[in-house]
Amino acid sequence: MTKNSEVWITGIGLISSLGEGTDTHWQALGNVPVAAPVINSEEIAPYSFHPLSEPDWANQISRRDKRQMEPWMQIGTYAAGMALDDAGIKGDEGFCSTMDMIVAAGGGERDIETDSAIHEDALHANERDSLLNERLSNDLRPTLFLAQLSNLLAGNISIVHKVTGSSRTFMGEESAGISAIQTAAARIRSGQSNHMLVGGAYSAARRDMMLTFELGHYLWTDPPVGVAARVKSGNGGIILGSVGVFLVLESREHAEARGKKPYARIDNVVADHGSRVEGGAKKRGTAMRECLKAASDVPVLSAATAISDIYHEEMAVLGADAPVRCYGNQFGHAVEAQFPLGVALAALSLSNGTFYPPFEDGEIESGGNNKQVLVSCFGHWRGEGMALVSSVAGDQT
Amino acid sequence: MSEQYNDHKGRPVVVITGMGVVSSLGTGKQENWANLTAGKSGIHRITRFSTEGLRTTVAGTVDFMDVDPLSAPALSYALADTASGEAIDEAGFANGEFPGPLFLAAPPVELEWQHRFDIYQKPVKSGATGYDKMLESVRDRKREDMFELIQFGRTADLLAEKYHTRGLPISLSTACASGTTAIQMGVEAIRRGECTSALCVGTDGSVQIESLVRFSLLSALTTQNDEPEKAAKPFSNDRDGFVMAEGAGALVLESLESATARGAKVLAIVRGCGEKADDFHRTRSSPDGSPVIAAVQRGLDDAGVDSSEIGYINAHGTSTPENDRMEYNSLKAVFGDAIHQLPISSNKSMIGHALTAAGAIEAVFSVMTIREGIIPPTINYNNPDPDIPLDVVPDVSRKANVDNVLSNSFGFGGQNACLVLGRA
Repeated sequence: MTKNSEVWITGIGLISSLGEGTDTHWQALGNVPVAAPVINSEEIAPYSFHPLSEPDWANQISRRDKRQMEPWMQIGTYAAGMALDDAGIKGDEGFCSTMDMIVAAGGGERDIETDSAIHEDALHANERDSLLNERLSNDLRPTLFLAQLSNLLAGNISIVHKVTGSSRTFMGEESAGISAIQTAAARIRSGQSNHMLVGGAYSAARRDMMLTFELGHYLWTDPPVGVAARVKSGNGGIILGSVGVFLVLESREHAEARGKKPYARIDNVVADHGSRVEGGAKKRGTAMRECLKAASDVPVLSAATAISDIYHEEMAVLGADAPVRCYGNQFGHAVEAQFPLGVALAALSLSNGTFYPPFEDGEIESGGNNKQVLVSCFGHWRGEGMALVSSVAGDQT
Repeated sequence: MSEQYNDHKGRPVVVITGMGVVSSLGTGKQENWANLTAGKSGIHRITRFSTEGLRTTVAGTVDFMDVDPLSAPALSYALADTASGEAIDEAGFANGEFPGPLFLAAPPVELEWQHRFDIYQKPVKSGATGYDKMLESVRDRKREDMFELIQFGRTADLLAEKYHTRGLPISLSTACASGTTAIQMGVEAIRRGECTSALCVGTDGSVQIESLVRFSLLSALTTQNDEPEKAAKPFSNDRDGFVMAEGAGALVLESLESATARGAKVLAIVRGCGEKADDFHRTRSSPDGSPVIAAVQRGLDDAGVDSSEIGYINAHGTSTPENDRMEYNSLKAVFGDAIHQLPISSNKSMIGHALTAAGAIEAVFSVMTIREGIIPPTINYNNPDPDIPLDVVPDVSRKANVDNVLSNSFGFGGQNACLVLGRA
């Protein structure tokens, strides 16, 4: 294909522990002093998490629709609506019915009470199989399946916000978010799509979701400290965070035709996969960093999870002199949504003309390059990706 | 680039150079095709777990794979691996070196009940119960095996490592349209010029107790358990739900230029893909069928193929009351009265509904229909639905010269995707 459109970010929907909306987040993070992270360490002790700042759900989702969704779907559907509002296209049927969508999703939120009752009763049951059949048939809420199935976040966005051009869901932890942004940008660049909605959501305040990480001992169980501090202590560990983030991407021509100014431009997204033994991630990361051809003083937003081995490899790629902000410090780790979150934060800082002050002791000041931001994401277990996001200031017609 | 390698829109022509399949009818194209064209059913009584007290006790499980210990993710990988190996071999790539990306349609994964019981029965010091006990149990004893099993990206990771596919593999879900979406994404990547080949796979090995109960609670499954092989009866008047099934389909897509350059045999052309999301309901389609109509129309437009050039439709045909009626009404809107003369059959009458894998498996069978000149039948068609007056190729396969096939896939969450596959 000969077409080579610029990929503009023209809408951001963001909700997290810090509140909702781009202005709120910029006020919290863009200026000194940076707002303290909001962390709950009591509710699911010994685990800490960044709880969602509860929005007025009715702003984006009717009560009737909200009841059909588990929390991560509600968070995502809310953020998707915010992104459409922000882009100025909410309720525009012509726009939304031709809009393509990629959602990075996990899923699997459980009915904790039903599970727990079955677990306990099975301890004392003679016939565990018949107990299971009977209890699942009688106790499972019929609609739970639809409230937690991976592709139903996209399904709910179609229903609630009428985005129906196309609908695809990517899975696979952090990699899902990387591929979602990469594919969405590639489709716009090539002319396969003119406007896309892309993003993800994660609900951290859940024992069932924490269990999936703790099976592999990936969670931080000591009192909460920053990413670098957790890494310094030994193996490190993840602190999860609730985040919903969606971006509206448009081709430059499409945005200009409707007079829409962008936050920023996605120049390139690269991603790779392979063995994590013997510095494999560092080797792939170095190649990706070179492929992006970013200047050495470009500031970096890192999705670092604070798993020590992979943290060290990522930082070796980014370089000791680079101004790196580990945004997990402020948001926690939002898994599938973490890479889209980084791209959103990059766009926000570029549109404000200045990079973020340090989020944690040891992070160095930005040298003043306010034209580009590199977003880096090394998954907690597999998958690596990077995006280069650029300012369009002085570049608009 | 020479014009002979471009399609009607100036994009690279995308062809299929390798295919692999596993279903309840067997392993590999040959065994599957022999059974499918003989009108055999792969549906049987479930023996994998106790079906005591369940409303549905039949499925198209794949019970002949060597997977131990058995779990949905482990079986899904084994099925995908078997189908991928067959496809890559046929395409003629040196073993273990696939030169393009992987697009994998895979079922969502979760801890299964055997895992939950295993974790919960370990005593914990604090005396906690519920999920606090689950968390304490695994804090005391790391369960790396279970951790890996429920990583959503794991099946793709394993395939990518085994076949050395390029870049970051994509795991995707569009519910029961997933297999078709995987092919569509491969087509798009080749058309963008990002790669000259792509491995597109749909796999599903997730018939287990909770998934069966969940679909059952949504009233999606048949309860006609007495004769399992007769439970799936698409387009029949007494159809009452789909039969869950397992399997995998894998296709090697390649630009025509690449296939020609390396002298690969071209099995078929992927002429076009169409997609449209529905905003009506989480499980039901818009009553006017407009999203399905749009998906079919977009597929034809993308292919540059007129509806009169379609020689056979590989239906989604799940055997649920709603799907089959909606599929007919939508096709009638696109094809007009010609739809009543056009052969259309449902592979699901024999292999059941392989969910995430269905679109990929049915794409393989659609290509074989073109290549072999035989249309597989819709079996169990003893009681035609008078409101669906279609030529469903009842019960017996039929010789036919088919140049273009339309293959439909629809899923929960408003997912609708179509492929137009053509003779090479």
